[in-house]
Amino acid sequence: MSDLPLVQADRAVPPPAATTTTGGRGRRLRLLSRTDRVVIALMVLVPLLLVVALVWLPALATVALSTTDWDGIGPVSEIEFVGARNYSDVVNIYPPFVPAVQNNLLWLAALFVVATPIGMFLAVLLDKELRGTRFYQTALYLPVVLSLALIGFVWQLIYSRDQGLLNGVFGTDVDWYGDPDVNIWAVLVAAGWRHVGYIMLLYLAGLKGVDPSLREAAAVDGASEPSTFFKVVFPVMRPINIIVLVVTVIESLRAFDLVWVINKGRNGLELISALVTANVVGEASRIGFGSALATIMLVVSLVFITVYLATVMREDRR
Amino acid sequence: MSRPRSQAEYLARLVPPSVAGLRRRSLLAGAAGTGALLGTGLLAGCGGDDSGGSGSKTVSLGSNQSDPKPKDVIAKVVDGFQTSSGLQVAINTVDHNTYQENINNYLQGKPDDVFMWFAGYRMRFFAARGLAGDLSDIWGKLSGMSDAFKKASTGDDGKQYFVPSSYYPWAMFYRKSVWQQNGYQVPKTLDELTTLAAEMKKDGLVPIAFADKDGWPAMGTFDILNLRINGYQFHVDLMAGKESWTSDKVKKVFDAWRGLLPLHQPDSLGRTWQEAAQSLQQKKSGMYLLGLFVAQQFNNDEQDDLDFFTFPEIDPAIGAKALDAPIDGYMMARRPKEEENAKKLLEYVGSKAAADITVKNDPSTLVANTEADTSGYTALQKKAAELVGSATEIAQFLDRDTRPDFASTVIIPALQQFIKDPADIDGLTTSIENQKKSIFTD
Repeated sequence: MSDLPLVQADRAVPPPAATTTTGGRGRRLRLLSRTDRVVIALMVLVPLLLVVALVWLPALATVALSTTDWDGIGPVSEIEFVGARNYSDVVNIYPPFVPAVQNNLLWLAALFVVATPIGMFLAVLLDKELRGTRFYQTALYLPVVLSLALIGFVWQLIYSRDQGLLNGVFGTDVDWYGDPDVNIWAVLVAAGWRHVGYIMLLYLAGLKGVDPSLREAAAVDGASEPSTFFKVVFPVMRPINIIVLVVTVIESLRAFDLVWVINKGRNGLELISALVTANVVGEASRIGFGSALATIMLVVSLVFITVYLATVMREDRR
Repeated sequence: MSRPRSQAEYLARLVPPSVAGLRRRSLLAGAAGTGALLGTGLLAGCGGDDSGGSGSKTVSLGSNQSDPKPKDVIAKVVDGFQTSSGLQVAINTVDHNTYQENINNYLQGKPDDVFMWFAGYRMRFFAARGLAGDLSDIWGKLSGMSDAFKKASTGDDGKQYFVPSSYYPWAMFYRKSVWQQNGYQVPKTLDELTTLAAEMKKDGLVPIAFADKDGWPAMGTFDILNLRINGYQFHVDLMAGKESWTSDKVKKVFDAWRGLLPLHQPDSLGRTWQEAAQSLQQKKSGMYLLGLFVAQQFNNDEQDDLDFFTFPEIDPAIGAKALDAPIDGYMMARRPKEEENAKKLLEYVGSKAAADITVKNDPSTLVANTEADTSGYTALQKKAAELVGSATEIAQFLDRDTRPDFASTVIIPALQQFIKDPADIDGLTTSIENQKKSIFTD
């Protein structure tokens, strides 16, 4: 973002510390009163404790439990260590695992290749300030407001084989949710329907923020609409592009509600998150086995998180 | 609009005006409120009154009967107990599915003194883990309970841990009017069943309604074929993990099922049992293998038109006298706050008086107590009670007769796989057996 005059202006302001005398430790401390220091300490400690207690400890416990065959009943002392058996079971004898990984990847690809570009395209259209743009905006954003569970229910009315709208209107008898070759695509349409609205809103906000003078300059230079967008507007929106990328990855990794509402993530709709839930939550209580699945998911997520953090940090350093 | 300078500023602008209008404080208050609401919905959060001490007049009851009708029946039974005993019952009703999914945490936390549960492995499992109270002394006082029910209430250690209240058989349901119109006869053997189904096909009906979107209804088909081909004892041993799934006996069951699949409603994996039942109700299918609760999908004036027959014989040496008839009932917490009162309540819910109240108010279930006044039963209920009464052995249904982790994480996907691809029985049974070995370790 070094091309931005605003940012440069910010950086041009010399840091306040430089204006004070070259005092050592004691001098700098006096800048903060006792209350300030207590407040700062609390502001650091409380969130830190919360993050450790609610995120890190459970995550580590999950990794630890993934090497046991605990069923969730009885004291911790009775937990039996089974080494990597859960992992080898997941890979070797658990039929839903491979389809789950494939579906997660398919989910990511579909959102990234289809839903995200459509969202961008709609944002560009709405940015043109068409008549009734607010109506379109609301209509397209509506699915994002609904929970995925509700979306699953809404689409159920459309997809039901015997009583659904789709088969009723077209006189077909496609088993939209039951046929494992079809249902993942049917669900992706429903998930994409929601994702498009989300991406559209992110992009719309980004487009509104693009400096109009850039477009004017492009227009003066005689650039066509598409080339203005791809060569000027799109590159300027780099931070938004990164956010959209991250949102898409997160959405596809945490995809869960929709398939769970439909058929608990079975028969063609396997997702790793649904397998974790099916094993850990409920009567099944295969805590150890489910934890192994959760750990695998954690590792996959970590790859994306690392890539994202590396990108963001590189951005900050520039 | 000026360009945002930082990512934070940018993100702040993404908040839609409708939300931005709310102040942060009201959002926090809302979040806290939601949290509190969620908290009250959790089982572990509700421990009942902590009145403590002996001679207390209260007892708490955990109920999974969350639908309006059964909830009302439970309330009436509890009313009956309160009037006859002078004790106060605090009913803690939780949504049926939530109850089942939280049962582990519930029983290890602060469960209610008495809680509703199911007979079979599910009951024996918690009894064996020391999470249920011994009810042997109550069984000495109960009258009107058959030996079959006592057996179904007994844990691995020979003590009773369960008081049955109601049950429902699984059978082949059909509409009398449809059968009369087409002149169909109740089949007595598998051959007669397939001949009948072929006739139905010719008449433009789907012979057997079928749904397995939820995963469990197909268990009923597997169970009945297994009971008819291999008998009750094999069912019990197979469910207990003692028999191999790769044995020829199991393969024979899948083989028979594969032969029957073309007679079943197609595309079952996208259909709920309610939708399948409606195809029977709308006279589009000829018959449907399901529990007595199938009647819920029929209007009041159609109830008399509903009839059933038990699944026909396959092997004459085994006969057709065994069936699935899951039993619902009550158990006691391992350390109830009010043990004496809890036992009084348990004695009451197993009594004729409680059964009479249930008969009067609930036409969709059968009561366990044989002394109950069943003159209020519908024709369908009477026939169902007769069927169960004449059964030599009563199974509890696949997911009640085996480990819950095995039933839900292995069998459901496996049966759906079979329905999708009935050809590969060898691969399927090998996969089930491998997973079984990994789960049945203790």
